[in-house]
Amino acid sequence: MSVLSGTVDARRRAEAHRPWLAVLHDWVVTVDHKRLGIMYVVTGIVFLIVAGLEASTMRLQLAFPALNLVPPETFNRLFTMHGTTMVFLVGIPIVFGFGNYLVPLMIGARDLAFPRLNAFGFWVLLFGGLLLHFSFIGGDGLYGAGSAPAVGWFAYAPLTSQAFTRGNATDYWNLALLVAGFGTIATAINLLTTILTMRGPGMTLGRMPVFVWEMLTISSLTLIILPPLSAAQIMLGLDRYLGAHFFDTQAGGSAVMWQHFFWFFGHPEVYILILPGFGFASEIIPVFSRKVLFGYVTLVAASVGIGLIAMGTWAHHMFVVGLGSALNTAFAASTMLVAVPTGIKIFNWLGTIYGGKIRFSTAMLFCCAFLFQFLCAGLTGIMLSVAPFDWQLSDSYFVVAHFHFVLIGGLIFTIFAAIYYWFPKATGRMLSERLGRWHFWLFVIGFNVTFLTMHIPGLLGMPRRIYTYAGDRGWETWNLIVSLGVPFQIAAILIFVVNIVMALRRGQPAGDDPWDAWTLEWATASPPPPYNFEVVPVVSSRRPLWDLKHPDDPDGPHE
Amino acid sequence: MTSMALREAAAVSPEWRGRGGIIGLLVAETSLFAVFVVAYLFYIGKSLTGPYPKDVLALPIFTTVCLLSSSVTVALAVQALRNGAWRRSGAWLLVTIVLGAIFLAGTAREWFGLIFGHGLTIGTNLFGSTFYSLVGLHASHVTIGLVMLTLLCVFAFTGALRREHIGRAELVSWYWHFVDAVWVVVFTVVYVIGR
Repeated sequence: MSVLSGTVDARRRAEAHRPWLAVLHDWVVTVDHKRLGIMYVVTGIVFLIVAGLEASTMRLQLAFPALNLVPPETFNRLFTMHGTTMVFLVGIPIVFGFGNYLVPLMIGARDLAFPRLNAFGFWVLLFGGLLLHFSFIGGDGLYGAGSAPAVGWFAYAPLTSQAFTRGNATDYWNLALLVAGFGTIATAINLLTTILTMRGPGMTLGRMPVFVWEMLTISSLTLIILPPLSAAQIMLGLDRYLGAHFFDTQAGGSAVMWQHFFWFFGHPEVYILILPGFGFASEIIPVFSRKVLFGYVTLVAASVGIGLIAMGTWAHHMFVVGLGSALNTAFAASTMLVAVPTGIKIFNWLGTIYGGKIRFSTAMLFCCAFLFQFLCAGLTGIMLSVAPFDWQLSDSYFVVAHFHFVLIGGLIFTIFAAIYYWFPKATGRMLSERLGRWHFWLFVIGFNVTFLTMHIPGLLGMPRRIYTYAGDRGWETWNLIVSLGVPFQIAAILIFVVNIVMALRRGQPAGDDPWDAWTLEWATASPPPPYNFEVVPVVSSRRPLWDLKHPDDPDGPHE
Repeated sequence: MTSMALREAAAVSPEWRGRGGIIGLLVAETSLFAVFVVAYLFYIGKSLTGPYPKDVLALPIFTTVCLLSSSVTVALAVQALRNGAWRRSGAWLLVTIVLGAIFLAGTAREWFGLIFGHGLTIGTNLFGSTFYSLVGLHASHVTIGLVMLTLLCVFAFTGALRREHIGRAELVSWYWHFVDAVWVVVFTVVYVIGR
C-alpha cells in the first residue's frame, strides 16, 4: 500500500513540476483510452451542470402560477437545450467515457482497437457540443430571429421548416447533433471491435464482466440506430437549405416520417443510456454484497434481449398521432415485452444482495436507490405502454416524470455510483465517504421531492412545455413542491464537485484495490500506467482477482 | 455457457481488428442507406407535380454492368496482391478505377439531362428530393471508394504496397463490394420499383 501510494505521489510531483502548457498539450494530443475516457466524463459533468441550471431556471419559472421571470420564447429555448444537452452531451459522453476507460482494463487490453479514431470521436463530440452552445451567442444568423434552438429535443416537423423557424437556431441543433453523432458512431465501432478482437488470454465472451457485455450491446445498437438520425438530419438540412420536400406537408411530404425516423433512433437511445447504468450496478452490487453476481447468464441474455426488443418499440412515442389499432397494439405489446428482461435484471440484483454481507458505501447507496427508483420508472413505463392511457397522458408532466425517473433515478444515480466506485482507480485518491453520504441523501431527497411529485400535476392534466399556468387549475401546490426539490439537488451536486476537488488535492491514497473487488481493472496500479498491465493476467473465471487472492478456492469449477 | 466454450483461448488474430472496424462501419452505412431507401419507397407516387420517374428515368444498364464488374476486378487485384504480383494487381486496380469512373460519368450525364433537359432538381418535387439524395449518397460513396482505390493503385505501381499491406487493401475491396451491393438495392428501388 505504502509503496504504491509512494509511486502515485512521485508521479504527481513530477506532473506538478511540468509547465501547465505542456500538461495541457499532453491532454490535447493524447490517444490514451484512459485520458480520453476521463475527458469524456468531465465533458459530461460540465454539460450536466449547464443543463441542470437550465432546468433549475425552468422550475423557478413554474414554481408559482402566472410568473413572468422567463418569457415564453426563452422558455422554449431552455427546454430544448436542456433535453438535447442531457441526452447527447451528458448521457452519451459519460456512458461512452466509462466504456472508454473501463473496457480495455476489464478485458485485459492495452488500449482500444483504434486509439486515434477514439481521439477523433471525442473531439468531434466535444466540438459538436460547443457548436450547439455557441447558438446562445451566435445564433442570430442572417435573419435576426432566434438564438438557441427552440424546437424541442425531438425537433418535430414541420416546426423545423424554414417557414416556422427562420434564422439559424434550428440549424445549430441539426448540425451540432449530426457532427456529435459521427463521433459517437466512431466510438461505438471502436468499442465493438475492441471487445470482439482484443480480449486478453482466457477472457472468453462468457467470462466478460457484465459492464463489458452492456457496452458490447449498446455499441452494436448504436451502429444500427444512430445513422437513421443522421440520415433524417441530412434530409432536414436538405429541406431547409436546398428546398427539398421530405417533411414538407404542402408538397406531399410527411411530418410523421420525421417522427418515425427520430423515434427509431430516440427510443433505443434510452436503452443505450440505461444499459451501461445496469452494467455499473452489476459491477458494484456484488462487490459490496460480497457475493458472486446472481444469474450472470440470465443477466447478460436479458441485456442482449433488451437491445434487440429496443429496435421494435419506437412508435409508442407516437400513439397520439393516430397510427391505427393494428400498429398501436403491436407497439404496445412490444413495449410491454421490454418489462420481462428488465424484471429479470431486478431479480438478479436482488438475488445478489440477498444473504450478502452488505457494505453501505456511497457507491452501494446510490445503487440501492437506483433499484427502487428504476422499478418505479419501469412501472410507469408499462402504464404508458397502454395506448388509451397514453392518449390521456401523452405530452403531460406524467411522461416528464416517467423519463426523468428513468434517466435520473436510473442512469444518473448509477453514474454517481460508478464515479464513487472507480474514481480511486482513475486518480489514485479516495472520495470522501462523509461528503458522499451528504451528496447521496440530499440528492435522493431532492430527486424524489421533485420527480415523484411531478407525476401528480401530470395526472391532473398539466401539459409539458408550457411556460406558465393559471392559478385555478389545482396545479400550483404540486408545482411548488416540485420546484422545492431543486435546491436539494443543487446542494448535492455542489457537494459532489467539492468532494472531487478536495479528493484531487488531498484525498486518501487509494491503493490498487480499495474495495477488495474482483475484476481486472483492480489488478493494476491506481491510476493505471499508460500500458495498463505490465503482464496481462491470464483469466480463468468471471472473477479473475478472486482467483488470484484465493488460489485454494478458484471460481472456475463453480461456474 | 458450456465448459468447452469457456476453455477456448480468447485471443483473436490481429488482422480481425481492421476487419471488425470495417464491418462496424459497413453496418452503420447500411443503416444510413436503409433510411434513404425507406424514404424513397414511402414517397413513390406522392409527388404533387411532375416530372415523374416514368417520364424521365432511363435504365442505366451499361454503367450498372461497369460498376458490378468492378467488384470482380477489385477481387482479382487483391488476389494478385496475395500472389505477390504487384504490377498485375496495379493493373486490375486501374481497370477497377476506370469502371468506377465510367459509372460516375454515367451518373453525371444522367443528372445533367435531368436538371437541364427536364428541369428536375432536388427542390422540384418529392421525386427529385428522394432521387438526388439517395443516388447522390451512393455516388458520394463511389467517389470516396475511387479515391482509396487510386491511392492503392499509385502505391502498387510505385512499389510502396508491400506484403504487410495486403490486409488493408482487402478492407478497401470490402468497402468497394459494399458500394456495389448498395447499387443493386438502389437500382432495384429507383429504376425498377419506382418507375
